[in-house]
Amino acid sequence: MTPILKLLAKALLKGPVTEPAPEQAEIQELADKIDASAKVKLGRSLVIREIDAGSCNACELEIHALGNPLYDIERFGIRFAASPRHADVLLVTGPVARNMAEALKRTYDATPGPKWVVAMGDCAIDGGCFKGGYACLDGVDKVVPVDVRIPGCPPSPTDLLKNLLALLETVR
Amino acid sequence: MTETNQLLRLLKEFPLAETHRPWARRIVDFEAWQGAIDLLAVSDWDFLGLWAEPQASDKEKFQVHMALRDGENTTVVVITLPLEGLSYPAVSGVRPGALRLERSIADLFGLVALGAEDMRPWLDHGRWPVNHPLSEAEPREIVPFEYDFLKAESAEALHQIPVGPVHAGIIEPGHFRFHANGEAVVRLETRLGYVHKGIEALMQGKTLLEASKLVGRVSGDSTVAYAYAFARACEAACDVEAPPRAVWLRAVMAEMERLANHLGDFGAVCNDAAYGIMLAHAMTLKEKVLRAAHKAFGHRLMMDCIIPGGVAHDLGKEGMAQIKAMQREVRRGFERLAQLYDDTPSLLDRTVGTGVTMASLAHRFGTGGVIARASGRSIDARRNPGYAPYDELDFDVPLEIDGDVHCRLMVRVAEIRESLALIERFTDGLPSGPLTRPLPAQEGEGMALVEGFRGEILVWVRIDGSGRILRCFPRDPSWFQWPLLEACIDGNIVADFPLCNKSFNCSYSGSDL
Repeated sequence: MTPILKLLAKALLKGPVTEPAPEQAEIQELADKIDASAKVKLGRSLVIREIDAGSCNACELEIHALGNPLYDIERFGIRFAASPRHADVLLVTGPVARNMAEALKRTYDATPGPKWVVAMGDCAIDGGCFKGGYACLDGVDKVVPVDVRIPGCPPSPTDLLKNLLALLETVR
Repeated sequence: MTETNQLLRLLKEFPLAETHRPWARRIVDFEAWQGAIDLLAVSDWDFLGLWAEPQASDKEKFQVHMALRDGENTTVVVITLPLEGLSYPAVSGVRPGALRLERSIADLFGLVALGAEDMRPWLDHGRWPVNHPLSEAEPREIVPFEYDFLKAESAEALHQIPVGPVHAGIIEPGHFRFHANGEAVVRLETRLGYVHKGIEALMQGKTLLEASKLVGRVSGDSTVAYAYAFARACEAACDVEAPPRAVWLRAVMAEMERLANHLGDFGAVCNDAAYGIMLAHAMTLKEKVLRAAHKAFGHRLMMDCIIPGGVAHDLGKEGMAQIKAMQREVRRGFERLAQLYDDTPSLLDRTVGTGVTMASLAHRFGTGGVIARASGRSIDARRNPGYAPYDELDFDVPLEIDGDVHCRLMVRVAEIRESLALIERFTDGLPSGPLTRPLPAQEGEGMALVEGFRGEILVWVRIDGSGRILRCFPRDPSWFQWPLLEACIDGNIVADFPLCNKSFNCSYSGSDL
């Protein structure tokens, strides 16, 4: 049997690696709620545009993890878009380096309303460990209005999911 | 008499900085600096880094340091040129990898590299409220600079494709300017600096522990390697060695970081060749490594687990069991993926022969890491200059020679296997004992080279008598890898750029600082 057939056969026999919701009570609870409120607000989907405004790239690693088969964020109807024109939510990381401030503002302006901004990570909230320097603005809210703040350095994928729900409740 | 000895002979006459450890730092004059540059043109010394700082005796005056390594006999040397004015002879004429460092020194200190080919601002986009933040830091009006991109001229019609700083994927920001003739790329120029956070300035005056946190966030995917290099540099400056258990635990973390990142890169490169199943499986394996790290060391990326003097987190029985289980699972799962890669001609068709990087360029630019080893340049800081505990072990440093995307993947595949084996040896042989050793508050200068997953990370520190940072310079491997990305895309098609870029996976944050 060729390697690809082996891999597919294994997936068919053993089923998906995506963690069954009941075992992840927290995530299951989240999934249910996202499903219910997302349907009402956004036609069962939420499209996110990610913007790195000076992050150290650790937050990006954890956002990537959300897409792996264990978390499989797309099953909740949440996906990442390539263009702000298609986005409902801007997920912003980093303390906002001054060199990125204009790009962040322009991306925000390019996003159609209604739109929400999530500041992800300690440094996106208030500059975190990069606070007080000449090169950063110390927080996403210095440039665009922020709706949800997710603390952590970096926040875990579970924290991220939890807070995307908080966002839906905020905008209800 | 070889050129190597000529350089050392030239330097021998000049005074040693007594508090600099573990390698010699020689304070030279203008002529000797120029002489060293001339010798570099005809020798195979590797250029490791270039940085500036104020002179100890007179804060109004500056000095520049250049770190070099002899490729053959593992000698590392730092050469210092105290400046009278605001300029020094450029190194980039003979080691072009120095060019962006010279441009950054001009932005941060206002010091000019005489004879440098490119004097455009690099990190400074005209958006900071101060001029030369690491020297006089004079307040100024914010007026964003126009950036003068290099022109490509041809008898045939060319068009430009501007990309970024906000990219389509979930990646860091930077600007790519392509000149293309139809589908073929004629020139790629990168403009970076968008994520400059002023880390060097933020470190000054911090305690070692505070600074260690900052260094661990120069490039988050290499947080272990940075904290590792910083800790070793501080320990060198204080002339203290971390206890054996800490030394081994650091290596466990470093290999787990390498493993996690290589797995992610392996999947992501295949994904950029439209082979998504590989990404799904590789990311599942990577998640297992991160979860084991979380259970074993309390943080998925192992941030702040390595501190100057030792480690902040012990590895308990439960954590050890998690790592063992992860190892078995990843080893089995990964071999299936490696077989699948070998068995998929449509994927190989995209990776073989794409984005070729030549060894001669890798050497001239001082490039290290996977990119160098995929182009036949066998360098690995774990072996040369080497550091504990790797210097006690035999391990493979894989080498490929063709320098294409495929070779960069093959080096990663071999390193994944090697890291899995190393983790096993480090956890099996873990010595018992204390986790930290206190560092005395004393003046000193230290330097360390640590091999991260991307390549070698250099950290240089100067500590004052109260145990605070006077100056710290962390040099990311990406400084010397970005220019090669520009070179390797020439003649390839635009559609293969994501593939080439991912196979390099340079850090934006790491080189923007």
